[in-house]
Amino acid sequence: MLSIKNLHASVEGKQILKGINLEIKAGEVHAIMGPNGSGKSTLSQVLAGNETFEVTEGDVTLNGDNLLELPTEARAREGVFLAFQYPVEIPGVSNLQFLRTAVNAMRKHQGKDDMNAAEFMKLAKEVSKQVDLDPAFLKRGVNEGFSGGEKKRNEIMQALLLQPKLAILDETDSGLDIDALKVVSDGVNALRAPDRAILMITHYQRLLDHIVPDYVHVLVDGKIIKSGGRELALELEAKGYGWLGVKDNTTASH
Amino acid sequence: MATTDKEVRELIKRDYEHGFVTEIESDTFEPGLNEDVIRRLSELKQEPEFMLEWRLKAYRRWLEMEEPDWAHVDYPKVKYNEISYYSAPKRPEDMPQSLDEVDPELLRTYEKLGIPLHERAKLAGVAVDAVFDSVSVVTTFKEPLEKAGVIFCPISEAVQKYPELVEKYLGSVVPAADNYFAALNSAVFSDGSFVYIPKGVRCPMELSTYFRINAANTGQFERTLIIADEGSYVSYLEGCTAPMRDENQLHAAVVELVLLKDAQIKYSTVQNWYPGDENGKGGIYNFVTKRAACIGDNSKVSWTQVETGSAVTWKYPSCILRGDNSVGEFYSVALTHNYQQADTGTKMIHLGKNTRSTVISKGISAGRSSNSYRGLIKFNPGAEGARNFTQCDSLLIGDRCGAHTFPYIESKNKSAIVEHEATTSKVSDEQMFLCRQRGINPEQAVSMIVNGFCKEVFKELPMEFAVEAGKLLEVSLEGSVG
Ligand SMILES: Nc1ncnc2c1ncn2[C@@H]1O[C@H](COP(=O)(O)OP(=O)(O)OP(=O)(O)O)[C@@H](O)[C@H]1O
Ligand SMILES: [Mg+2]
Repeated sequence: MLSIKNLHASVEGKQILKGINLEIKAGEVHAIMGPNGSGKSTLSQVLAGNETFEVTEGDVTLNGDNLLELPTEARAREGVFLAFQYPVEIPGVSNLQFLRTAVNAMRKHQGKDDMNAAEFMKLAKEVSKQVDLDPAFLKRGVNEGFSGGEKKRNEIMQALLLQPKLAILDETDSGLDIDALKVVSDGVNALRAPDRAILMITHYQRLLDHIVPDYVHVLVDGKIIKSGGRELALELEAKGYGWLGVKDNTTASH
Repeated sequence: MATTDKEVRELIKRDYEHGFVTEIESDTFEPGLNEDVIRRLSELKQEPEFMLEWRLKAYRRWLEMEEPDWAHVDYPKVKYNEISYYSAPKRPEDMPQSLDEVDPELLRTYEKLGIPLHERAKLAGVAVDAVFDSVSVVTTFKEPLEKAGVIFCPISEAVQKYPELVEKYLGSVVPAADNYFAALNSAVFSDGSFVYIPKGVRCPMELSTYFRINAANTGQFERTLIIADEGSYVSYLEGCTAPMRDENQLHAAVVELVLLKDAQIKYSTVQNWYPGDENGKGGIYNFVTKRAACIGDNSKVSWTQVETGSAVTWKYPSCILRGDNSVGEFYSVALTHNYQQADTGTKMIHLGKNTRSTVISKGISAGRSSNSYRGLIKFNPGAEGARNFTQCDSLLIGDRCGAHTFPYIESKNKSAIVEHEATTSKVSDEQMFLCRQRGINPEQAVSMIVNGFCKEVFKELPMEFAVEAGKLLEVSLEGSVG
């Protein structure tokens, strides 16, 4: 489904991604781990089409289509979804209106009619319960004054509403309490489907207890230096990145 | 980051939707202004003697005055002798009495503007007094208004039919020599609306007027006078759009609201005049004097305005809170893009005891535009226990525009309380990226963000007007931002 070949990207003249290769098939869940500043968020932003980053080399295709030549919104409509590490606030715009606008943009692309306010309200309420967010959050401004954990649940709610083909989750587990971690994990597991791929970025192997990945990759200094199965995460947790010969003394432990 | 700017620039290029010119033959004065022109104008309008005298006096004062140059705007000098001071549709004596008699070309014009007059009027139960060029041509829903004793007619008609009311109140709020543009308007005002709501009457429907500038080189000098007698209520809606023009057009309107004891007026404006092209060429100069006088105790006036048009706007709807416990409110959204310049705000003059005022101003700047808020809150010695709350928010789109806030507070009463809040924010790249990542196109994203920013003002507008305002903002933004 997703194929990344030799991807290089830079920001403000600084090379961040230095040749990423990654193949993700439909139905698979991949986890990416790696030290702070190694380029994990950059990878997710580049895949989603953030123009702040410049792709200097390489190819990315989604189901054979060249993703890199599409603008952000077109990628989204093709099914690329990014749950942000730091969701931004949009004061004054209600979450409900934002979500409905997004869902209707998607439906329009799929040749479906707009959902009216009442229909959407019903759907949104159901989904908000699924991530254990009080429907009152629908009326508040997008992420406005949401706690860290609420923002993350709001991101998962959006993924559930938009039903993407490729869901990229950037540290959606960070800052969650134990109960919230369970809720978010359940949400992600609900997203697991044979026709969907999931790419999760995380620092904590404990997330992988809840959402068992098919593959784990270690990203260091803009490159994937090691890939393996579920057990690689456990090994990293026990030994830190130093074990892989990484000089940076940041470790995956908390 | 640079990309967002580029997007902004590209999206700015969409043409103004209402740019077209209606071909209706006009009976127009030769350009130029002198006492003879004023006499001819007054005679043509069959005005009583007092009106001509009043006009001439204003004209003589105007000659002595100097055009103000203190506002935070910049524009080429207007050549007053190159303006024609009267323009009317061809057959002024046999004016249409109903829509069927209206020139179909005019109706088509309204349709192009998205204002199917008859449908709108019926659906919304709105009485529409449509001002086309200088003469009012259509008035509907007169009957229920007459039943309630409400007078709603062109001011030219009021001058003839209700001279006592006009003589008593015209210029009572905005004196003829109040300022340069008001003086000019007083001398040459062409037409406009007149409203009188009798004692204790709640006007049975919202009153609405669509202003429109047409004929080339015709300065437009509208004059509106609304009198709310004791215990009465009226909601008045004003909307404007103008065709695309190469030459700048001057608009110097005067709106006076008079509120007696316990009266209430809600005055809402959605304004969409041609702002000029992307190089700042063309567009309307909008120099308007709008003022309300709460003469009676416990009266209340609200100005709500959504402004997206004009090349240059200079406008400060104001409230004189004379009656004890009277209330003045000002809710404003002003959007500027390309080379538009707006210098708007309000003046709240607290004279009576326990008078209260609220100012909510939302300024949105895009392109290379400049958007200034200028507000004066004044408490006179008698304004015991008076209060004001002012909130002034600016939103910037792109990084080549500007927002300025000039709040002035003058207090001569120690018991008066002022609260002032101001914020400036930007539509950030991160916000845009979030929206786009969710499949929302950039224009829609900006429109959504801007609408959210304006929410507090929109909720003050009458329902159908709020929908229109939202649409207008979207249209203006479609042509302006990303
Ligand atoms: N907009 C930007 N401008 C300048 N530098 C940037 C920008 N975005 C990212 N970087 C730099 O790129 C590098 C990679 O950042 P990135 O956010 O991808 O790291 P990460 O692996 O997600 O880290 P973390 O685990 O802390 O979230 C960092 O050195 C960061 O400072
Ligand atoms: Mg990160």
